[in-house]
Amino acid sequence: MPKSKIYPSFDAAVADIPDNVTIGFGGFAVVGQPVNLYGALAKQGAKGLTCVSNGTRGGSTLAEDAPTMEALIKNDQVVKVVCAFTAPTRASQRLVFSEYYESGRIDAELVPQGTLAERMRAAGSGIPAFYTPAAVGTELAEGRETRIFNGREYLLEEALPLDYAFIRAYQADAFGNLRFRRSQRNFNPIMAMAAKVTIVEVEEDILPSGAIDPDDVHLSGIYVHRLVKVPPPPEGWWPMRPAEVAKRNAELQGGAR
Amino acid sequence: MSDAKGLTRQQMCDRLAMEFEDGWIVNLGIGIPTLCSNCDFGDRQIIFHSENGVVGYGPLTAPGREDLHLVNAGGQHVTMNPGSAIVHHADAFGMIRSGRIDVTVLGAYEVAENGDFANWKMGGQKGGGIGGAMDLAACAKHVFVAMEQTTRRGGPRLVERCAIPVTAKGVVDLVITNYGLFAITPEGMALKEIAPDVSVDEVKATTGCNLIIPSEVPPVRLRG
Repeated sequence: MPKSKIYPSFDAAVADIPDNVTIGFGGFAVVGQPVNLYGALAKQGAKGLTCVSNGTRGGSTLAEDAPTMEALIKNDQVVKVVCAFTAPTRASQRLVFSEYYESGRIDAELVPQGTLAERMRAAGSGIPAFYTPAAVGTELAEGRETRIFNGREYLLEEALPLDYAFIRAYQADAFGNLRFRRSQRNFNPIMAMAAKVTIVEVEEDILPSGAIDPDDVHLSGIYVHRLVKVPPPPEGWWPMRPAEVAKRNAELQGGAR
Repeated sequence: MSDAKGLTRQQMCDRLAMEFEDGWIVNLGIGIPTLCSNCDFGDRQIIFHSENGVVGYGPLTAPGREDLHLVNAGGQHVTMNPGSAIVHHADAFGMIRSGRIDVTVLGAYEVAENGDFANWKMGGQKGGGIGGAMDLAACAKHVFVAMEQTTRRGGPRLVERCAIPVTAKGVVDLVITNYGLFAITPEGMALKEIAPDVSVDEVKATTGCNLIIPSEVPPVRLRG
């Protein structure tokens, strides 16, 4: 009998994360963001982390006090980020990350978003490096290897393997097969493919193995190692307004699914 | 907005959207360009693609009707048109790099007369916000820019050469500002249309490069 992938809590799922590892955090503009796993890792306290994500915080639909990468940064757990955004996108915005970066307490690697995704896809696909046209002719390409194919210049990019991927999904079965909903998919399956260990926060009750039709599986359970069901608020974090969560919970209790 | 004169942001986007052809796959950057998904396309089918893998999204969702699992690349809650599909991030960028995107509309800090543009890093800033702009700028069939005519301090954004780090070189086709519509041509930057309450002298005074200006500059075409 194989060991169950279902963990009783986020704390239990992140308890053994060592210092000095590289962790990918999925999600895009809150959707699919592993909010609860950020919170658990901030509590757990692993240090020397390299954090890979689209940006260093969530979006506006997340509650002000919800944990994001900023919780890890404020805890001095992060030594480096690899992101498509390492500065605010609006003059009025202020990132917790910026004050650590500007004072030299955190290092950063700024990567075009498509290159970031493809570097992880490559890592999860046994491809050590690839050439891309993105960033050719820019400051990011200075001093780096380029090559001409069919008369066009491309930049060499290396795969980005992860020790851990922290992601969020809509449905999971006990084997770890996942389904995402709408734009929740984003970086999540790619990060899981690139990681040695993938930990998933799951929105719906975890289903028995085989309950998701094989044709409907978005990410095979072979990439997934630990599953935790997100509890209802306030214990679990949901990127929804309270009224919507209440309505959704009522629907679930009524067996609307 | 640095200058209330000229076109509104929605008018700027309405004008660019007139250039979208039936069946085009269109990617909109954050900021002003997102307004292009609210335009009336008549009987043209326009397929909006976003970096987070939503292919075929529609107008912004009415307040209170948001699906919290569904946002565009700007993080705005959107609707999905019939025929939409969801892909993951690597596939969404595979579509971009393989040349499937007919046009990307991006915001910018500066556009140069040779088609270079800069939109990811302010001068002297540590770090930057690239998002998907470098992939899109390098690979979309057309690159349109929507931005204000001048900076907050009144300096030009249309320039001879970009002073801040570029996003891509020689890629911009068309620029809309609140002052008018500009095309990047092999001969340089050309003023194609002008906002109704703006004079040619005002355009010249706020532009940092030579402009090719016809003897009669038509007004910016606006709907209604």
